[in-house]
Amino acid sequence: MFDPFYPFDWLATQIVTQLLGLSITSHLGSSLHFFLYDVPKVLTLLIVISFLVGTFQSFLEPERVRFLLQGKRTFVGNILAALVGIVTPFCSCSAVPLFIGFLEAGVPLGVTFSYLMAAPMVNEVAVILLWGLFGLKVTLIYIGFGVGLAIVSGYIIGQLKIEKWVEPFVWELQKARQVTPLEDADTLEPVALTWRQRFEQGQFQSSEILRSVWLYVVIGIAIGAGIHGYVPTDFITQYAGADNPLAVPLAVVLGVPLYANIAGVMPITEALVNKGMPMGTVLAFTMAVTALSLPEIVILKKVLRPQLLAMFVGLMTVGIISIGYIFNALLT
Amino acid sequence: METIKIEILGTGCKKCQQLETNAKEAVANLKLTAEVSHITDPIEIAKRGVMSTPALTINGKVVSKGHVMSPEQIQPLLQH
Repeated sequence: MFDPFYPFDWLATQIVTQLLGLSITSHLGSSLHFFLYDVPKVLTLLIVISFLVGTFQSFLEPERVRFLLQGKRTFVGNILAALVGIVTPFCSCSAVPLFIGFLEAGVPLGVTFSYLMAAPMVNEVAVILLWGLFGLKVTLIYIGFGVGLAIVSGYIIGQLKIEKWVEPFVWELQKARQVTPLEDADTLEPVALTWRQRFEQGQFQSSEILRSVWLYVVIGIAIGAGIHGYVPTDFITQYAGADNPLAVPLAVVLGVPLYANIAGVMPITEALVNKGMPMGTVLAFTMAVTALSLPEIVILKKVLRPQLLAMFVGLMTVGIISIGYIFNALLT
Repeated sequence: METIKIEILGTGCKKCQQLETNAKEAVANLKLTAEVSHITDPIEIAKRGVMSTPALTINGKVVSKGHVMSPEQIQPLLQH
């Protein structure tokens, strides 16, 4: 298969073997190759993809998404919401305004949740890292299962009719909005952006992401390189192998507080996978990092009763752990 | 001259701070007096009908959301 990263591989191999005169199979040589291959590759992907995403996201304002999802009741609404979640920007800081804004306009609770679950899980940084480190196939599997999980969990929440577990003020806002619509906000003409402005937004997004994650990426890859070259394979398979049933739940628990550091943690998992850690454990771990972020849970507490918050976290946790197990079972 | 009320809606991200700086610059360029406040409570932001931050309101009216306006873009909005 065509490998778009071949030039990076070639360059790293040349530096290690020709310039430094090391064997690619020696401890130091394989560590250095890992580092010199991954750093330029991941940083290039980050710059290019976040630029493209930032540019095209300017076409998908939340208002447009909300309009698309209004009144969608059935399973179809959940599917649509999760799919839209893939392509829209998401930051945990906007979770609450989005949540209220969706419900206010009549987007059903379950459909809103499908969106809220899919959007952070399939974010550009996670996708870039998965693609760069584990390949396109693993990335597509991750997106597929993530979207599936968001559809099913949102559908369950919708069927349970637990609207009473949303803080009452949200429904009061919804009623008030039906009597007097917020005219200025809804009729506000979306500023017609020129391509130049869209590219500027892409550039802004790209430099912002690069600035905030490059150091984590480099440190993470350095640690990964150390593991790659020096840690024996038996060590990993013994503790995190497919036959350790606790590995998947443990990976999920570890993933929750690592929200901001996905860029640094993923290269370490790459090295662990090379040493025999199964892919399902990695997928579960990545989903836990992105979908079960601590800041998002804290912020959603403002609009959700503890019961619904617990259900949200519970559904995601059970779903993610199951995906991990299913995968490890299928692949071994 | 009456004081203009400007609100920056945002949860404290970098873009929001940039918007606040730009709004203040626009006010200074036009030699106006304005009261600039930064709304960080997500519920207050939602009450104003805004789903994407950073957003800008002038005298209670939402004039922009979802992106950082430059001082040049803000200035004409302050003048009427």
